[in-house]
Amino acid sequence: MKNILIKRLLQLLMMVWSVGSITFVLSRMLPGDMAYRIAAGRYGDDAVSAAAANAVRQELGLNDPVWLQYLHWLGELLQCNLGTSLVSGNPITAELQHQLGYTLLLAAAAMFLSAVIAIPLGLICGFRANSWLDRGGLLLSTLLRSQPVFCLGLLLILLFALKLSWFPVAGFNALAHLFLPALTLGLSLAALSNRVIRNSTLRVSRSDYYLFAKIKGLSDWQTFKRHGIRNIALPVVAFMGIQLVGLIEGVIMVESLFAWPGIGHALSHAVFSRDIPMLQGTALTCGVLFVSINTLVDGCCYLLDPRSNRTC
Amino acid sequence: MVTYGCTQPPAADRLTISGPFEPISLDLAKAGYIFSRLQIVETLVDIDNQGQLQAGLATAWDSNPDASVWRFHLRTDVSFHNGSPLDANAVVTSLRIALNKPAPFDQQIIANVKAVDAHTVEFQLHSSYRPFAAILTNYTTAILAPASFGSNDRIVSLIGTGPYQLTEFDPPHMVSVSRFDGYYGAKAYIPYVDYITGHRSESRALMVQGGSADIVYNLDPASVQLLQQTANVKVNTTPIPRTILIKLNLADPLLDSVKVRQALSLALDRQGIAEGIMHQPGVEANQLFGPAMGIWHVNSLPPPRLNLDRARALMAEAGWQPDSTGILQKQGKRFTLSMVTYANRPELIVIATAIQAQWARLGVALDVQMENASAIPLGHVEGSLQTALMARNFANIPDPLTVLLADFSSPAGGDWGPMHWQDPAFFAQLKQTTQATGAAYQQDVQQLSRHLAQSLPMIPVLYYVQQSAVADRVHGFSFDPYERSFRITDMVLQP
Repeated sequence: MKNILIKRLLQLLMMVWSVGSITFVLSRMLPGDMAYRIAAGRYGDDAVSAAAANAVRQELGLNDPVWLQYLHWLGELLQCNLGTSLVSGNPITAELQHQLGYTLLLAAAAMFLSAVIAIPLGLICGFRANSWLDRGGLLLSTLLRSQPVFCLGLLLILLFALKLSWFPVAGFNALAHLFLPALTLGLSLAALSNRVIRNSTLRVSRSDYYLFAKIKGLSDWQTFKRHGIRNIALPVVAFMGIQLVGLIEGVIMVESLFAWPGIGHALSHAVFSRDIPMLQGTALTCGVLFVSINTLVDGCCYLLDPRSNRTC
Repeated sequence: MVTYGCTQPPAADRLTISGPFEPISLDLAKAGYIFSRLQIVETLVDIDNQGQLQAGLATAWDSNPDASVWRFHLRTDVSFHNGSPLDANAVVTSLRIALNKPAPFDQQIIANVKAVDAHTVEFQLHSSYRPFAAILTNYTTAILAPASFGSNDRIVSLIGTGPYQLTEFDPPHMVSVSRFDGYYGAKAYIPYVDYITGHRSESRALMVQGGSADIVYNLDPASVQLLQQTANVKVNTTPIPRTILIKLNLADPLLDSVKVRQALSLALDRQGIAEGIMHQPGVEANQLFGPAMGIWHVNSLPPPRLNLDRARALMAEAGWQPDSTGILQKQGKRFTLSMVTYANRPELIVIATAIQAQWARLGVALDVQMENASAIPLGHVEGSLQTALMARNFANIPDPLTVLLADFSSPAGGDWGPMHWQDPAFFAQLKQTTQATGAAYQQDVQQLSRHLAQSLPMIPVLYYVQQSAVADRVHGFSFDPYERSFRITDMVLQP
């Protein structure tokens, strides 16, 4: 466990430097004039002009040599300062707290709903493999997974918001607003994870040690509790960890559809308007999050199966 | 959560508005348009539906005979949201800071702003500028209390004079306001208002349909069709002073001939674009300024019609003949153009590809490039732009004379205006118009508009209409064609 943490800490430091530097270089390689892009992001399409762009260029020192700008960024980073947005002028930490905070809330809710749906379904399908329920589950999972998440969201809005009036269509200032975007993502995730759980359950339930536990006289529940849960959970935890990472960076369509604030939308705007501190701050924070999630997943896997220490 | 979420009726004292606008900052230069629409901040001069100037925080204004010194007389009964009185010093402080930031007008025309007495502010200009008062309608010149500004003149809290005051700001997704009881004018009926950023038109349409929003703005044609069949929602359609135009680089040898520009204009099937893409028959543009622009719109100009035969004849007169592939060529040079447009207005890319197909029938090969909006002013400055499809807002400053003076008064043109247009007769006439008044002014204005429609330094395509949807419980809704105010004070919520 200690080895895992030390390894991950070193990875984290390398990641912070490399992600920040790569973002810095890539954002400067993008076509177009930075000052004009920033001016458009700040003042809007109707007010972007040569005069506005020149004012931005002067204010932000965009004519300074690139290496000087890089060193300036690195110096700030060493002081744990992510800077301020070139577009809004707000501190990056405040922007991230707002935007990433909502994304994390949505991702956590989606993972919870996904687990609530996928775990029982996957277990039942696994224990009753090839039954009509299993085949139905496969069909439903395929249907849900083949839907773009945007379409799934629209269907849920039509059903739960417009037809049944159970939940609001969109927004973010009440708990009720969280349900539909979380369910959209949760269903999409569960469509895949329930099959992983099903396969893992099938593998475990047909294993020799599982059969032996039953033969030696344990009840179904005792067998499941002592020999099933941990063995089934191992690949599932790893898979859901990957899903969570994918969620954080990939929820932009759901955020847009449900008018939910989030990092996906903020990141796309930062790219369009060349808001480099915002890009770097977001990339860094996402990187830190990914490493942390991976570490957490590895830790969970270790606790579930301490034998994995030998491979660490 | 289901229990919590189940059919909560909209609050009787709270109006929810949703639009695509993303307020990113308290800075008026960046997001003043939304604070003005939410009636938090006010300008010295206001506008009516016809674009005529009317009293705002200033009750009256006058200038010296050559319009280089202007005095604005302030209302005496105005308090800011923090209780401090509006006086000339506060106005001067606010404007001095505002005029140092980018704005959609040339701040360089102003030499000095000073307080003459407690309720009179004087502007000294570098030269005569008759439409000056119109500039002070722009949201960037809205007046904030001195306590709004922190170090380096940064706006740290938004303390305006409007009938609503800011209560919560969650950039870029939400602005909440509450009624300001100390407002000098008619009190608002609705106590609380929330503005929520709705990124997608489809989402906004569903929000008003499902009761999550009371008013939604900037709807796409498909959503409008859906909402027109919805029982508890009304759709509002209002023409606004914004025109889709093709900007042309007239220094390019392909585009310097009036005949060629007329041919390109005649080859446009505006009716097809209006009906097929925008679902708005009747918005075809035959001139720069639409019907919403009052005296600047020339009613007598013929409606724009597709006339491919005439277009081909004009091209032939200009020496262009089709080659074996159907592309026009002259002295071995093929007629190929590039057109820049931008993604923030999704209809533009669709219209650009329609123009590509329509001009192909004339023998013009058009390459469409989707860019950021800033590519247009950048291409103008660099001289690299050939053509651009854009949606020009003529409401930023409501007097088109300011637009013409900024963009159409010299061959250099403007970032969003013509490019390398040489027309000394027009420049002289424009100069003459700045001195005219009354009937002579109206006559001059019509001549200017007619001249632009004939010589086509920019090719007009369509006029914009604003499509909004309003829930039935909202009474008193109207749309401000100059998009300065949501006009919440006129509205009442009734179950």
